[in-house]
Amino acid sequence: MLLASIPLRKLKQQLAGEGINLKIGPFVVNLSSTLPNVAENLSELYGAYTLEDIHRVDFHIALQSPSLIRRWIRPQAIFSFDGYLPFKPLPQTQSFAMFEWGLNWCVANNAHQYLVIHSAVVEKNGKAIIFPGTPGSGKSTLCAGLVSQGWRLLSDEMALLSTQTGLITPIPRPISLKNESIDLVRSFANDDIFVGKPVHDTAKGSVAHMCAPTSSVARSDEPAVPTAIIFPKYRKGANIELSPLSKGRTFLELAENSFNYHILGSTAFGALTAMLDQCECFRLNYQNLDDAYTTLGNLIDA
Amino acid sequence: MECCLVRFLRDPQHSATRLSPGEWQMLVRQARRSNLLSRMAHLVEIFDLLSFVPEHLQSHLHSAQLVSSSNLRSVKWEILQIYTALSEAGIPFALLKGAAYVMSERDASQGRLFGDIDILVRNEQLKEAEKALIKHGWFCTKIDPYDQKYYRTWMHELPPLKHLKRQTDLDVHHTILPPTADAKPDINKIWEQVIELKDYPGMYVLSLQDMILHSAAHLFHEGDFEQGLRDVVDLDALLREYALESGDAWAGLFTRAKTLHLSRSLYYGLRYAKMLLKTPVPEELTGKIAAGAEPFCLSRYLMDKMLLKAMMPNCLGQKTRLLGLARFILFIRSHYLRMPMRLLIPHLLRKAIRQEK
Repeated sequence: MLLASIPLRKLKQQLAGEGINLKIGPFVVNLSSTLPNVAENLSELYGAYTLEDIHRVDFHIALQSPSLIRRWIRPQAIFSFDGYLPFKPLPQTQSFAMFEWGLNWCVANNAHQYLVIHSAVVEKNGKAIIFPGTPGSGKSTLCAGLVSQGWRLLSDEMALLSTQTGLITPIPRPISLKNESIDLVRSFANDDIFVGKPVHDTAKGSVAHMCAPTSSVARSDEPAVPTAIIFPKYRKGANIELSPLSKGRTFLELAENSFNYHILGSTAFGALTAMLDQCECFRLNYQNLDDAYTTLGNLIDA
Repeated sequence: MECCLVRFLRDPQHSATRLSPGEWQMLVRQARRSNLLSRMAHLVEIFDLLSFVPEHLQSHLHSAQLVSSSNLRSVKWEILQIYTALSEAGIPFALLKGAAYVMSERDASQGRLFGDIDILVRNEQLKEAEKALIKHGWFCTKIDPYDQKYYRTWMHELPPLKHLKRQTDLDVHHTILPPTADAKPDINKIWEQVIELKDYPGMYVLSLQDMILHSAAHLFHEGDFEQGLRDVVDLDALLREYALESGDAWAGLFTRAKTLHLSRSLYYGLRYAKMLLKTPVPEELTGKIAAGAEPFCLSRYLMDKMLLKAMMPNCLGQKTRLLGLARFILFIRSHYLRMPMRLLIPHLLRKAIRQEK
């Protein structure tokens, strides 16, 4: 059953009660909340996701008010994972962004069947490209741009590299766009792509979420072969430039961008080197999405 | 209904065959919440119970094991760094709690998660030890003059140290309970029975008896009951090893507790280990200890009520408000045990006022 098939009223009731069990990539997340707007945000951004059996849940997450007072005066939201509170409360307008950040935290700290690399992953013609991301590199913008033109979204935030198979497991979720990239993507994307209302004044500036394409969500169980690692850099006035990068250098940067390299130890080393053996590595400077779209399209077709 | 986690820890084989998929899920959640998921994974492995675990939970257990083995690697390495710093300065020291379980290869270290490392140094070498550690990159985290005075005058340890580069925490103790507490175990008697670690001259662990007594004393003098169940699991594992190693020499433990003035701690330790995990301690021993150290029935009743509640993992299946209250009362109690009222009240007032600022 799809989340979209539940009427909003009933969705609110379920969230306030036992919660809903949402299949997001390889995980099932039980989410409960009595906060306003969570149901609305969910149906806007997670309508295409399936609901699962209650006994198959991986992460139990709740979004609540920290106290009775904070329900009414300067309302706040708090994220809890099995009753554990990893973060400080945030203003309630950011509760949905908090769900996204919190889920990242759950995966990075508990899913060590994968090497979890901080990066966006997209795929075309069975070939996946990994965009490792330092903040401000423009990886989300690039990822949103490609995805809005028909590339498959595997993830905007984390590459799940299976240590068993060497494949990337998809975890398509709403793409979080920041500041000027919100309008940039809106003007570039096809009309059927939905970008939500921005929330202002978060720790990362203004944030808006773009819906993951329905077709990407439907193919969540289909892993992809990593074929290229590309470090994007958005720069105003720069010409488009795709320059090769050594595997050694790439390895170090990927290890640095992994959330759980230190936990996996030699397994992580093995998984990364095996992946790099079959991947080409580049740096990409770009200033507009059209050029980047063409260049990467050519790379995949070659 | 009794907590799934306690039932599982008590008898993994019996419990594994009877859990429904929903209960397995609850068990994993409770274990994770109590910092015991990797211990649970360890028990599943040694009792060969993986086939009973629902498939989607197996990766959670496996992940927890990966976390605990990486944690173990870093703890061992950290211990060696401390050893390098202190042995260079010629200062002997004893590892306490988790670090000691690791280096003496106790069952309690299997699948355990480690936070800060605790070591014991002789009081007269405390200043020297601090200097040696600072020289090797540790620094004092509490720089506030009041905190400094609080630790140095009234506590049994230096203000907590942190390593500048690795951000790891180190507690340096000079005795096992604060000098202001009622119970005053003679630290020289503990030093008399420490065991030197093979290959590491100058690095020691407590004797198994003293490890047990320290673990029990820690459980009932500390204020943090979020870790309470984990502490009982430690104590249970130590007691089971003691039973194996010393045969029926339980009387030795009893005598030692008396010598160190820790009979009351041992009484409670055994009481809750037996109650929760059915630790096989002979009745006559518990009776013998009770004879000298049993508290009034009202305070025992209250302790039972609060402790058993406070130690349960606080996810689901119970009223969290009562749990919060029980933990709060126990927190106050732990302070009361550590300091006489004339010190405690000004201390708590001062803390409260400073938090307001």
